[in-house]
Amino acid sequence: MSSSIQSQGTAEVHPDVLLVEQARRGDMDAFEKLVRQYERQVFRIAQHIVQNREDAEDVVQDAFLKAYEKLDQFQGNSKFYTWLVRIAVNEALMRLRKRRTGRMVSIDEDVETEEGSMPRDLADWGPDPEALYGQSEMAEILRKTIQGLPPGFRVVFVLRDVEGLSTEETAESLGLSIPAVKSRLLRARLQLRERLARYFRKGSRGKAQDGVK
Amino acid sequence: MTCTEFLQKLDEMLDPAIAGPLRAELQQHLHCCEHCEITLNTTRKTIEIYRKHELYELPDDLRERLHQAILAKCRACGK
Ligand SMILES: [Zn+2]
Repeated sequence: MSSSIQSQGTAEVHPDVLLVEQARRGDMDAFEKLVRQYERQVFRIAQHIVQNREDAEDVVQDAFLKAYEKLDQFQGNSKFYTWLVRIAVNEALMRLRKRRTGRMVSIDEDVETEEGSMPRDLADWGPDPEALYGQSEMAEILRKTIQGLPPGFRVVFVLRDVEGLSTEETAESLGLSIPAVKSRLLRARLQLRERLARYFRKGSRGKAQDGVK
Repeated sequence: MTCTEFLQKLDEMLDPAIAGPLRAELQQHLHCCEHCEITLNTTRKTIEIYRKHELYELPDDLRERLHQAILAKCRACGK
């Protein structure tokens, strides 16, 4: 059957398509391969959204379960991974909403802000800003900084720049238009840049040390 | 090209695959605008740093536990 798919189009068939086919017919080993392949990424994305490990674990479990239950609805005109990410993002946003009871959390929240639409900190950074900090200190700075972004910017940056999805795939995963992804990506990048500047600009070490704590 | 127009095309500038007249035009702005050059370089660095540092690692034991829990849930859902 793989030959019949391949003969249909010039596009190469993604190996996931075959695994999904097999999983649909009840092959649990095939589904396990998909889980193995993507659990790490889904966990990272979930944790970036919900920002705590326990909730992220729940999100990963629920996302894969939902994907498994809805496998018949997977159309194959998008990548399985993109489809899975969309499910995971929705689960994560739902979880975030539950935690902050009564407060709506959506991908459109707080994106109207003007912050970061124009660069303010125009000082250059040192040649090797990473050399200024130890590994764990650096991770702390990066976590704190990205956690300060509104969820709707954060998730676009994570999918596009950290996980390496294309603009189109990011748009599809989030149910956003391509122009919306592009504008959020720009704002997210500029806001992060602006906030990191105080740690990384030339001669910033002393000042930044106070900031980390 | 103004700085605002340059910023709107920052994504294209960060994408090495984009070549041709657009890139030439962006380059030209960079030659005479130090601010945009700094913005471009520090934005590129921002992305690089985030890509390089895994902020939320999944330790092997947690991964295994999670993996088994996922499969158990899927098996139990009776599909
Ligand atoms: Zn400029």
